[in-house]
Amino acid sequence: MSTDKQLFTVSVYTENNIGLLNRISAIFQRRHINIESLNTSPSEIESVSRFTIVVNMTEDNMKKIIGQIEKQVEVIKAFYHTEEEIIYQESCIFKMKSGLLFDEREIQNIIKESNARIVTVNRDFFVIEKSGRKEEIELLYRELSAFGIMQFTRSGRIAVSKEEMKISTMLEAFQA
Amino acid sequence: MKETQTIQNKKESTTTAVRISGSEAVVRCLLEEGVKVLYGYPGGAIMPVYDELYKYQDKIHHVLARHEQCAAHAAQGYARISGEVGVAIATSGPGATNLITGIADAQIDSTPLVCITGQVASHLLGSDAFQETDIVGISTPVTKWNCQITKASDIPEVLAKAFYIAKSGRPGPVLIDITKDAQFEEFDFAYKKCKGVRSYNPIPKTEKSSLEAAAKLINAAKKPLVVWGQGVILSEAEEAFKAVIEKAGIPSAWTILGASAIPTSHPLNIGMVGMHGNYAPNVLTNECDLLIAIGMRFDDRVTGNLATYAKQAKVIHFEIDPAEINKNVKADVAVLGDAKASLEAILPLINKNTHAEWHQKFKDLYAVEYEKVIKNDLHPTKEGLTMGEVLNQINIQSKGEAAIVSDVGQHQMIACRYAEFNQTKSNITSGGLGTMGFGLPAAIGAKMARPEREVVSISGDGGYQMTIQELGTIFQQKAAVKVVVLNNDFLGMVRQWQQLFFDKRYASTEMVNPNFVAIAEGYYIRARKVTKREELAEAVAEMMASKEAYFLEVCVEKEDNVFPMIPTGASVSDIRLE
Ligand SMILES: Cc1cc2nc3c(=O)[nH]c(=O)nc-3n(C[C@H](O)[C@H](O)[C@H](O)COP(=O)(O)OP(=O)(O)OC[C@H]3O[C@@H](n4cnc5c(N)ncnc54)[C@H](O)[C@@H]3O)c2cc1C
Ligand SMILES: Cc1ncc(C[n+]2csc(CCOP(=O)(O)OP(=O)(O)O)c2C)c(N)n1
Ligand SMILES: [Mg+2]
Repeated sequence: MSTDKQLFTVSVYTENNIGLLNRISAIFQRRHINIESLNTSPSEIESVSRFTIVVNMTEDNMKKIIGQIEKQVEVIKAFYHTEEEIIYQESCIFKMKSGLLFDEREIQNIIKESNARIVTVNRDFFVIEKSGRKEEIELLYRELSAFGIMQFTRSGRIAVSKEEMKISTMLEAFQA
Repeated sequence: MKETQTIQNKKESTTTAVRISGSEAVVRCLLEEGVKVLYGYPGGAIMPVYDELYKYQDKIHHVLARHEQCAAHAAQGYARISGEVGVAIATSGPGATNLITGIADAQIDSTPLVCITGQVASHLLGSDAFQETDIVGISTPVTKWNCQITKASDIPEVLAKAFYIAKSGRPGPVLIDITKDAQFEEFDFAYKKCKGVRSYNPIPKTEKSSLEAAAKLINAAKKPLVVWGQGVILSEAEEAFKAVIEKAGIPSAWTILGASAIPTSHPLNIGMVGMHGNYAPNVLTNECDLLIAIGMRFDDRVTGNLATYAKQAKVIHFEIDPAEINKNVKADVAVLGDAKASLEAILPLINKNTHAEWHQKFKDLYAVEYEKVIKNDLHPTKEGLTMGEVLNQINIQSKGEAAIVSDVGQHQMIACRYAEFNQTKSNITSGGLGTMGFGLPAAIGAKMARPEREVVSISGDGGYQMTIQELGTIFQQKAAVKVVVLNNDFLGMVRQWQQLFFDKRYASTEMVNPNFVAIAEGYYIRARKVTKREELAEAVAEMMASKEAYFLEVCVEKEDNVFPMIPTGASVSDIRLE
């Protein structure tokens, strides 16, 4: 039902503009909606940026917010998708004591089984990187935390939709 | 996907290049956009532009307001009466922040403004320099678009875009912040009007199927009701609108920002909806079988409790802004697009009708409201003067030709309810923000945009004192505004709520007022005070006959209330008559 809260991934195609991040985040803030994650990057179209925003809310409100995002002058188009409609990845890095690599054989197994990879090793610490779905990253976090994590950070979600998002055609229509 | 490389705006060249300073370019841009009057206040960071305004004073008239907020309101008044973009200008820091209330008011009431602010030199940005404020950050939530310029060569393109965005689609305010070094810098100036911005689609496409679906509902309806709003005026759709309601014979009610789009006397005009609107359209909103909303956004002052608003009716929503569809009220049919084009397109699809029986219901309920409320407001028999009888006298004198610019409060509701209009764009008031102090400066802007029209400013004793200093602007500009203060010695609207909902605890709503006549006279404005009914008609006549500005204070009953009233949280059909 559209009145239950669920996770949505919002993709916003925009002109590259300094103030736009403020305008977009203010739309969520005004309605007291917490942004679970936010990522900005270039898109498949030159000079067009892409925001990927994850929020937890009702579909009714999601639709209203998409309308308010699209209304911003520098927004080309905004889409929202449910978890099933996208392919997504998040990535994370762990910094851990180097000694663990030799003292705890288990760690090697965890890294291998979770498809994580070691980015660098030096005398004091080593760094593990993992990309995947949220649950996989959470699992890896739980497994590694038993050994003591020196630092951990996780990136915002990036996602592509299964269906096409027709941006190029829109931009061409403008040229015509 | 195919890559698209375009310049981001469509342009049309009108000038060939000349080498000038950024500040001169600002003025040349304004001239290119046809700006004749702008409102503002000088200061350090905008002085180069003022220097150019001095040089170009035979081509463009700068009006010195007495406060930047009022410069913005005056620009709003200018825009609201003319449909043109209003322009306000201020210095950095406090000058810029003082504009904000006016900008916020313009944003919520969809008024096209271009506001220009000076900014500290670009190498000082972010350093807490003297009079530096992040006005782009501050104004972001209350502007349709904003932008900071740090290079002179960006000025023409950005200003062209500013005017285009302010006026197109659903209009709104735009703020352009220009650093002082960009104002001094010289560059090769050429102006191209903006014809489009690729990420911005001002007018969504109207689906033929939506028009057909809407026409089908209209043709099938037994008890249709139109509620129109400011969108009809912004779209200049008045004629098309009239043609549609006349053909289909639909009773039509207005929001306060939609008032005046068709004459008050039009037989299909059945009055005002909302909190202090008329009895019949409010009550019958919950009885109609089809609600046709045209260029209105279902503000909560209009709908009362949404859970009980028009639940029995199908809803058609004519709207230019897709974000308004289903925002507050679910539409069975949304007709996206510009109201004028949509109404013209639907006209041939709808059948002739009269709905005589349905009309009779409105007449019956009007008679109830007349007996209980209107008669006593307009033709009181009790001793104290009413605000309504002042409006009645203004109607008699203006014959419906005046533009009425109201402030915010009880007098505003009375002005909106009772002012009679023959011409569109004549009811100018602060609707969405409800900004006390709006009226007087907005009236100045309106009068300057349409000097041939009678412009009457109607304020309460409270709001009047928020921008009273603009009497100085009236005097200096010789703007022949008629200034009426309906003095009840109270912040009346708040007092009414205290009476009804806070057991008459009048916390800080009683006003000890100054000698308003002396103040107006201090500004060399002819002034008069009326305390008795016998003097009222003659005083209003004298005011309206005056060729110059005139101040009229009317001392009205102190503790009158505005009715009908929908208490907050109540349903439109539970509107109270007393
Ligand atoms: C003290 C106080 C009391 C009030 N009481 C009342 C009351 O009793 N009744 C009342 O009505 N109001 C009342 N208001 C005003 C109220 O708050 C709103 O400002 C008002 O109802 C908005 O009217 P609107 O929707 O017509 O105009 P707007 O808010 O200007 O909305 C216009 C709508 O038209 C659309 N539009 C714009 N251009 C076009 C176009 N070209 N084509 C199609 N659509 C277009 C816009 O997108 C927007 O949705 C009160 C205000 C105050 C301060
Ligand atoms: C800037 C601002 N501050 C406060 C309010 C809240 N407010 C709404 S109406 C009103 C009273 C207005 O009093 P007055 O101007 O005397 O008009 P009256 O209601 O008496 O006609 C107040 C304080 C407001 N709308 N705007
Ligand atoms: Mg008062």
